[in-house]
Amino acid sequence: MVENRPFAQFMAYLTLVLGVIVVAFPVYLAIMASTFDAATIINGNMPLIPGDQAAENYTRTLFYGGKQAREPVAMMMVNSMVMAMGIAIGKIIISILSAFAVVYFKFPFRKTAFWIIFITLMLPVEVRIYPTYKIVADLGLLDTYTGLIMPLIASATGTLLFRQFFMTIPDELLEASKIDGAGAFRFFKDTLLPLSITTIAALFVIQFIYGWNQYLWPLLITTKSSMQTIVIGIKKMITTTDALTEWQIAMTTAVLAMVPPVLVVIFMQRLFVKGLVETEK
Amino acid sequence: MAGVTLDTVRKIYAGNVEAVKGVSLGIEDGSFCVLVGPSGCGKSTLLRMIAGLETISGGEIRIGDRVVNQVEPADRDIAMVFQNYALYPHMSVYDNMAYGLRNRKTPKDEIERRVREAARILAIEPFLDRKPRALSGGQRQRVAMGRAIVRKPQVFLFDEPLSNLDAKLRVQMRVEIKRLQKALGVTSIYVTHDQVEAMTLSDKLVVMSGGQIEQVGSPSEVYRRPETRFVATFIGSPPMNILPGTVEGPGRVSVGGQVIAVTDMREGLAPGSAIEVGLRPEDVQAGGAPGASSLAMDVDFVEELGATQLFHGKVAGAEFVVQASTGQIAAETRKLTLSIDPGNVHLFDPQTTKRLGRV
Repeated sequence: MVENRPFAQFMAYLTLVLGVIVVAFPVYLAIMASTFDAATIINGNMPLIPGDQAAENYTRTLFYGGKQAREPVAMMMVNSMVMAMGIAIGKIIISILSAFAVVYFKFPFRKTAFWIIFITLMLPVEVRIYPTYKIVADLGLLDTYTGLIMPLIASATGTLLFRQFFMTIPDELLEASKIDGAGAFRFFKDTLLPLSITTIAALFVIQFIYGWNQYLWPLLITTKSSMQTIVIGIKKMITTTDALTEWQIAMTTAVLAMVPPVLVVIFMQRLFVKGLVETEK
Repeated sequence: MAGVTLDTVRKIYAGNVEAVKGVSLGIEDGSFCVLVGPSGCGKSTLLRMIAGLETISGGEIRIGDRVVNQVEPADRDIAMVFQNYALYPHMSVYDNMAYGLRNRKTPKDEIERRVREAARILAIEPFLDRKPRALSGGQRQRVAMGRAIVRKPQVFLFDEPLSNLDAKLRVQMRVEIKRLQKALGVTSIYVTHDQVEAMTLSDKLVVMSGGQIEQVGSPSEVYRRPETRFVATFIGSPPMNILPGTVEGPGRVSVGGQVIAVTDMREGLAPGSAIEVGLRPEDVQAGGAPGASSLAMDVDFVEELGATQLFHGKVAGAEFVVQASTGQIAAETRKLTLSIDPGNVHLFDPQTTKRLGRV
C-alpha cells in the first residue's frame, strides 16, 4: 500500500505488538523463572528481570538428578534427540524411497499402494495406539530407542510431499539419464536426491519438531527413567503429589526443551530458503 | 557410424490406440533424416522407440546390423537432444556432459579431452563451470548438444530441439546443427513440426500423418511432387490451395467452369469425374488478361508481409491464397485473374487423396 494513514499504521503495529506479547510473554516468563530459586517463584512476586540463580539452576537441571528420582535433564535431552533425529531421518528415508517407487516404477497395484499409504494419514499414533503398543511390546521393544522411533517412522505426509515433488521433475530428466547409462538407483542417487535437498530440509524441520514434541507414545512405552524424553520429564516434574514442585527446575527444563527445535528451525530454515531460491528444475 | 532401419515398426498403447502403424524406413549412414508432421502423428513416438524410451509393439529396429528391439537405451549407442534440453540442473555444464561418460567408466583424462573438444566446437568453453540455470536458452541447447557429441554415438536423435528458442536463435541454431552434423558425419534423426526446419535441415524428409509415412524424399522432391494431398498442404507456407474440379480430358481439368491445362496428369482418367486441383500460392501468376489456363479470383483481403503480399479470396467458391511481390498488384484490387502454368498444377484423387500424376 502506498497511502500514508498514520492512524491505520499505528493500529496495525499495535495489533502486531499485542500479538507478539501474547505469544512471547510466557516464553519470557519461563526464561526468567529459570534464573530464580524456588522460593522466589513460589511467593508469587517473581521479578521480571533476570535473577542470579541461572548458573546454579542450569547445572543442577542438566547434570544432577533431583529428589523424586529425577534423571539429569542432559540425559533426557539425549533421549529426545535420538528419538527426534531417528524419527526425522527415518521418515525421510522411508518416504523418499516409497515416493520413488510410487512415481518411477510401474508395478501392479501401484495406485493401490499409494492410496494405502495415503489412507494412513487418517491413522495417527493416537488412533492405532493399542495394536501398535501390542506389537512393540511383543517384539520386546519397550524401553528401547527402536521402540520409540520405529512406529512413528512410516509417514504418509512425507511420501506425499516427495511424490508431489517428483511429479514436477520433467520425465526427460529420467530419459536423459537412461540414455546416459544411469540405472534406477543411479538416477535416484545422482539426480533425484540432489534435487530433493530442499524438500528434505523442509521435511526434516517438520518431522524433527514432531518427533521432539512426542508425548503420548514415549509416555506409554518407556517405563525406565533412563529412557525418559524431556517432554515426559517436564510433565513428571510438575505433577508431584507429595512434594513441592521445583518450579525453577521445571522452567529451566522447559527452556532447555525449546533450544533444539529452535536451533533446527533457524539452521534449516536458511538451507530451506536458500534452496528454494536456487533450485530450478 | 551406422544407418538405421525400421521394418514395419508399430506402437500400440494400452487401450488399442495405434500410434505408429507399421512404419518402414531406411536411413542411410551419415544422412540427416527429418521426421515432420502435425502433433499426434507419431513422429515423436517413433523417435522414442528408436531411442529405446518406448517399447516396440511390432516390427524391428536396426541400428547398423544390430536389432535393438530389446536393447537398453544406454547400450544402443545413440545420443538424444530433448526439447526442453533435460540438463541436470544441479550439475555444472562440464558434469552434464561428462555424466554419461563417467557412467560408462571412461578414463578421466579421456572424458576431460572429449568434453573440452565438444565445448570448443560448440563455443561453450567459458561456461563449463556454470550451472544450466545461469545459461541462456541457446547456450543450454548447445550444452545439450555437447552432451550428445561427447558420447561419439552412432546416431543422434533430436526431439524438436529448437522449439523452445526464440525465432532468431532458432534460425541460428538450425544452421549450426546442420553444419555440425555435416562436420561430424553422424547419422541424425530429427523430429519437428516446423516445416521450415524440416526443409532446410534434411537430406531425407519423412512426412508423417496419423501414425503412417505419407512420403519420403529429398526436400525438393517432396515440395515439387507431393504424393498426397496431406503432404501438399503440409509442406509449403502458405499451404497449397486445393480446388474442387472435374476432368475435362487428357491434360485438361476445369475448375468452376474455367479450363486449365495440366502437364503432370495421369492418363485414362474418365472425363467428368471429380478431381482435386492443387496450386501453390507462390506458383500462381496474378494479374494479366484472362485467357487459356486462367482462373478468376475474388479478393477478400490482403496481408502485407513486407517483400510479398498475400491475397486471400475465393476461386470457384473455394478458399484461395495468392502470393505476389509487393507492388506488383494494387492492394485494393478486388478481382484478380490468375494465369496458371500447366507444370505447376498438382492433381489429387478426392477419395484416396493420392496424387494423380504420371506414373
